[in-house]
Amino acid sequence: MSTPADLPAAPELTEPLSQWHRLHVRMLIVRPLNEGIAMLMPILVLLFTGDGEKWRIIASGATVAAILAFSFLLWRTTRYRITDDQVELHTGLLTRKQLSVPRDRIRTVDLTSKPGHRLFGLSAVRIGTGQKDVPGLDGLTLDAVTSEEAERLRVLLLRKAVPPQPAEGEEPAAPSPSDVISQLDLRWLKFAPLSLSGLVAIGAVFGVLSNYADDLGLDVVHDLWGWLFEHPSFSLIGGFAVALVVLGLVLSVPLYVIQFWNYRLTREPDGTLRVQRGLLTTRSVSVEEQRLRGVDIQEPLLVRAGRGAKAIAVTTGLGSKGESNLLLPPAPLSVAHQVSRDVLRVEDDPTTLKLRKHPFAALRRSLFRHIVPWVVIAAGLAIWAPAWAWPIPLVVLPFSALVGWDNYRSLGNAMDPRYLVTRNGSLVRSTVALQRTGIIGWRIERSFFQRRSGLVTVGATTAAGAGIYRVTDVGESDGLALADEAVPDLLRPFLLLEGE
Amino acid sequence: MTLQLRPPRHQVSPKSVLLWTMQAAVFWLVLFIPQLVVFLLVDSPPTWELALLVATGVIGVAHTAVEPSWRYRVHRWETTSDAVYTLSGWLNQEWRVAPVSRIQTVDTKRGPFQQLLGLATVTVTTASAAGPVEIEGLDQETARRLVEELTTTTQATPGDAT
Repeated sequence: MSTPADLPAAPELTEPLSQWHRLHVRMLIVRPLNEGIAMLMPILVLLFTGDGEKWRIIASGATVAAILAFSFLLWRTTRYRITDDQVELHTGLLTRKQLSVPRDRIRTVDLTSKPGHRLFGLSAVRIGTGQKDVPGLDGLTLDAVTSEEAERLRVLLLRKAVPPQPAEGEEPAAPSPSDVISQLDLRWLKFAPLSLSGLVAIGAVFGVLSNYADDLGLDVVHDLWGWLFEHPSFSLIGGFAVALVVLGLVLSVPLYVIQFWNYRLTREPDGTLRVQRGLLTTRSVSVEEQRLRGVDIQEPLLVRAGRGAKAIAVTTGLGSKGESNLLLPPAPLSVAHQVSRDVLRVEDDPTTLKLRKHPFAALRRSLFRHIVPWVVIAAGLAIWAPAWAWPIPLVVLPFSALVGWDNYRSLGNAMDPRYLVTRNGSLVRSTVALQRTGIIGWRIERSFFQRRSGLVTVGATTAAGAGIYRVTDVGESDGLALADEAVPDLLRPFLLLEGE
Repeated sequence: MTLQLRPPRHQVSPKSVLLWTMQAAVFWLVLFIPQLVVFLLVDSPPTWELALLVATGVIGVAHTAVEPSWRYRVHRWETTSDAVYTLSGWLNQEWRVAPVSRIQTVDTKRGPFQQLLGLATVTVTTASAAGPVEIEGLDQETARRLVEELTTTTQATPGDAT
């Protein structure tokens, strides 16, 4: 199958094209197909449980008919157009929605093709602006247009969004169509089991299945728990746990392949960064480079143990759905740093800076938070639960304490001429390099206990990514000095210098 | 030498104490009254129910008595030509700073209690999802002047504030 990357060079821009377009007519089939996959289970269950009573067949038929009718009406009532300065979308059956996005506010374009889309050569286009102040204006989705049209829109909308680039020191190799920054290396597959994605997937499938079971009035889960509770057998539970882990490990590899097949991170000539990936559902996420505010290097515990990491873009205009901000799937740490360096266009990746440690009192706080809850739970169980229950939290406790200690070791901050770096977390250790010019305010928190230990948590607010990035449990004076230095003159008038 | 944040210049309206007292009282009554009703209606209620009822009452009275005036001593605000600066909270405290050049919207709102007392809350939002700066419990005249002032300075600043 052809990925958008293999398509011929983007067609020339023919503008203005301010006439109205419909979404592609093939969506009449694709939408039921995509949604049908989700609806298949209930329909099959409806059809094949029981002994073919008439109402079951009618209900299944009605469901299918309703989906078809809905998708037809949606198609009939949805139109979009691209004018000189707006993207407009009119949609909705009962409530008519008229969405419009100013083209100079477009920051990201996200093309997604689910299997149903790909069968018919279509793509859904999500246009992101990152305007969070006006609800519903943070972007709109055209689901779906032909892949060629999607590709044309991507180039058209992002080119319009970028003013001619000012010469910024060294210009990138301009003539090449797109620079590859990173692409999938099959050796990265060893990080698949470490990322625990298999276990997460099993959990999700289990959740969906037990939901259906509930709907059918089968109390499988409840019965199972009840039975286990009455016959507490450690070999059975142990065997079950081992089977689960093995299944998770085995599943994680195909899952990694499905999500990240054909992964490529490129810098496009129009000043965007583009991530393409996916085996079944293909995605292409383009981010306006000028709006990139930093990079987040995330190291889930086991991936970190294998010296790996993934990289996340800190940027405006991306929905949080489906890891659209992913720059690099789990891969060796050195690759993550190389990606970070290339993406930020810097000599040395700021996330490799030597971090300043936080005060000893932060360790006390971290240990306290990771130990006390388990003691409380154990005490509670000792009073109200069967006698075998209370030691379980105490078994967990040492591991939790280790996590608390590691959490303290993670804490750190640093600064270079352009970036503020902060690190947090143990189970997922996250090292964020945030552009200092992207900081648009401060939130400085001090709890009752922090006050007694002379600590504060300094949060830098930004339009990008999570909205706030925290330097946790830093010494009060050091934290304020850091904030003052990161954004000159903002905090200065409110600071007091005391003693010598 | 050590750095510290100095408190912002202005206190909120003294009537805020009453506002927070009313809010706390309503919160605790919503917890207390249903318990009381159950306790009175059930024959021979268990002891833990009585314990819970008493605990709710004691904590509720203590909280309602202490928190509002404590809050009033903490809550402060200030605007300069460059920034909005607030301090809020009581046990846990929080300072917020937003530069005027990044302000996107300035809103006023009045809850039912605030209308009763002639108070208002001014909310200043920036492009950050985590960034809104709220000043609760201003008297309405101060709030009106503040909004006017911020709106004027914000409009004079170019750019899309992201």
